[in-house]
Amino acid sequence: MQFFFEVLIGGLLSGVLYALVALGFVLIYKASGVFNFAQGAMVFFAALSFVGFQEVLQRWGLPAAPAFWLAFVLTLGAMVVLGILTERIVLRPLVNQPPITLFMATIGLTYLVEGIAQGIWGANVRGLDLGIADEPVEWVMESAGLLVSRFDVFAAAMAGALVLSLALFFQYTRTGRALRAVADDHQAALSIGIPLQRIWAIVWAVAGFVALVAGLIWGARNGVQFALTYTALKALPVLILGGFTSVPGAIVGGLIVGASEKLAEVYIGPMVGGGIESWFPYVLALAFLLLRPEGLFGEKHIDRV
Amino acid sequence: MEKTHRARRGAPLAALAAGLLIALPALAQEQFIGLPSYRVGPYAAGGSGIYGGWIDYMTLINERDGGINGVKLTWEECETEYNNARGVECYERLKGKGPTGNTTFQPLSTGITYSVLEKVAQDKIPMVTIGYGRTDAADGRVFPWVFPMISTYWSQASGMVKFIGGKVGGLEQLKGKKIVYLYHDSAFGKEGIPLMEQSAQKYGFTLKQIPVAHPGNEQQAQWLQIRQEKPDYVILWGWGVMNPTALRAAARSGYPRDRIVGGWWSGSEEDTIPAGDAAKGYISANLSGVGTGFPVIQEVQKHVYARNKGNMEDKNRVGSVYYNRGIVHGILTVEAIRTAQQKFGAGKPMTGEQVRWGFEHLNLDADHLARLGATGLLPELKVSCADHEGAGKVKFQQWDGSKWLPLTDWIEADRAQVRGLIEASAGAYAKEKGVTPRDCSKEP
Repeated sequence: MQFFFEVLIGGLLSGVLYALVALGFVLIYKASGVFNFAQGAMVFFAALSFVGFQEVLQRWGLPAAPAFWLAFVLTLGAMVVLGILTERIVLRPLVNQPPITLFMATIGLTYLVEGIAQGIWGANVRGLDLGIADEPVEWVMESAGLLVSRFDVFAAAMAGALVLSLALFFQYTRTGRALRAVADDHQAALSIGIPLQRIWAIVWAVAGFVALVAGLIWGARNGVQFALTYTALKALPVLILGGFTSVPGAIVGGLIVGASEKLAEVYIGPMVGGGIESWFPYVLALAFLLLRPEGLFGEKHIDRV
Repeated sequence: MEKTHRARRGAPLAALAAGLLIALPALAQEQFIGLPSYRVGPYAAGGSGIYGGWIDYMTLINERDGGINGVKLTWEECETEYNNARGVECYERLKGKGPTGNTTFQPLSTGITYSVLEKVAQDKIPMVTIGYGRTDAADGRVFPWVFPMISTYWSQASGMVKFIGGKVGGLEQLKGKKIVYLYHDSAFGKEGIPLMEQSAQKYGFTLKQIPVAHPGNEQQAQWLQIRQEKPDYVILWGWGVMNPTALRAAARSGYPRDRIVGGWWSGSEEDTIPAGDAAKGYISANLSGVGTGFPVIQEVQKHVYARNKGNMEDKNRVGSVYYNRGIVHGILTVEAIRTAQQKFGAGKPMTGEQVRWGFEHLNLDADHLARLGATGLLPELKVSCADHEGAGKVKFQQWDGSKWLPLTDWIEADRAQVRGLIEASAGAYAKEKGVTPRDCSKEP
């Protein structure tokens, strides 16, 4: 039973990290109805830019702590610029085009962002140290005999705080309400004076910030390398489960995916040769789609006939 | 007037013809090598290191020696991004270039290797697959155009068993021990399983196989299983992000890193640096030496980097695992061309068919390696018609937290065991494809 709980807790903590990546998708989908295929590339771009800036600043003689925070600010700036440029160059010319056109544009954007990141900072794999040791939490180990990573707890807390603040932002601020209005109906939002382009730029910038946080956490976990783009794959079943438009849905979907994939790998995996972690969440999500096509918290689509 | 005009019109043509006549012999003294490299995309770090080292070695040969017996090496890179379709496109684009066509095709990708396996035989271009590709291609009777030189995956697995045996006090002490084989859930990852299963039976250890789904950036479940199994050793047969993730997860679960033995695709700086302190003490196999202490690397620094002709953007990577493997690619290619020239004419560019002969007759003994300044960088190697592997040896190295340190000298695989598996697998391939194996006693 102790082993079961270890797997479950580990899975739930991983799930929060999946939710963090899924959040980037949700933000952009909510505000513009675009499924941003480039979210994984943005995570990679953010993490690579961060370590790149950090290296340059330290080479210039800046001590580690100021270099860390300055690199964070510079990367955040780069992500905002990337978001604004995406809105100006990619999305603005495609206003009122079918969603599939916008989706295809973000596929192109993926390759562009990946190429720009490697073009600027090079292809070397880098380490990233956030100063949080990736070792078991002692008191949990001693009191319950459970192995729970300190880093995972920290990352989950960060992701949880981010999700909570974004949910509050959407619900209670003027800009948040404007974002929701734009998401509901572009034309209606425009007709009451909501500046569509500014809202889109804000959303892409916020998605860039989320990508930066996700990039830092995943980069510290597995290294800053191209594989960070694959984190997007982990977010897709989360989105199907939680719904594309719900911030709380992303976190609940993430928890379900994280816990179920780990439990499935350990308890079902050996029966079918193992290695099922990558596809099990998709099977789960597809099964779920049959029962509730809009996801757990997604908005129900009702057409008047 | 008309005559003058005609003469005037003819003058540029004559000049062009004269130019061509002058240029032709110069062109003819070049040996073209097509490089299907990958410097962007998911595996760019490995690609830039290996192809960078290889290009630096060819630059050294041109700069220091004036080429191979006066034949200058020329090359062109074609970006594959480690993608099969692009790899085939690069193969087609490169194969007709240079005065004698592409000399050799070395894609550094098992997928591309499989995609062009039959094409290389048709086009008569030798394919060299150092540390990847089909293991059974080491049987040169069935695969005359493929050269998985130095060591195959089965030799690596056998070397790992020997290494672990040495650690526990001898191969006979493996009886009753438990080894986990943690592998990338792909054809590459499963490649070591036949030999590991056979060795488990032979030596009496328990083998537990645990797959990791691609890309391997989540391994919590696997390492919790390992924690439960309490193995004596873990063999890490990973690739890319799977490796640092494994090391981080091992540290998290408290598994000692010096009980993890990785393969050569799990043993570069790119695998350990991202894992930070979690990688300290970790051991891996390698098929080339590491560091800048080899005379050949110092020659590269003197003749290539001192003249600002180096290929590596980050000079600190000179001497790294992938870079040195690139130097080994360069050495084997150049020495095969040199061997071919000895038979088919020194100072002439060789065709793919002639270079294939050169690869098949490569004999790099201790003296030869010493002359090249590469003692310890690669093992002694003798390729033959039947044996395209040539060495079957691996080294082991240990990460000290900032760099790889050599841990052992070359350890020879159980060659009889490996050869048995190779011949059985190659034989099955020949039967399936209707290939008649060559009779090596009749080969020139």
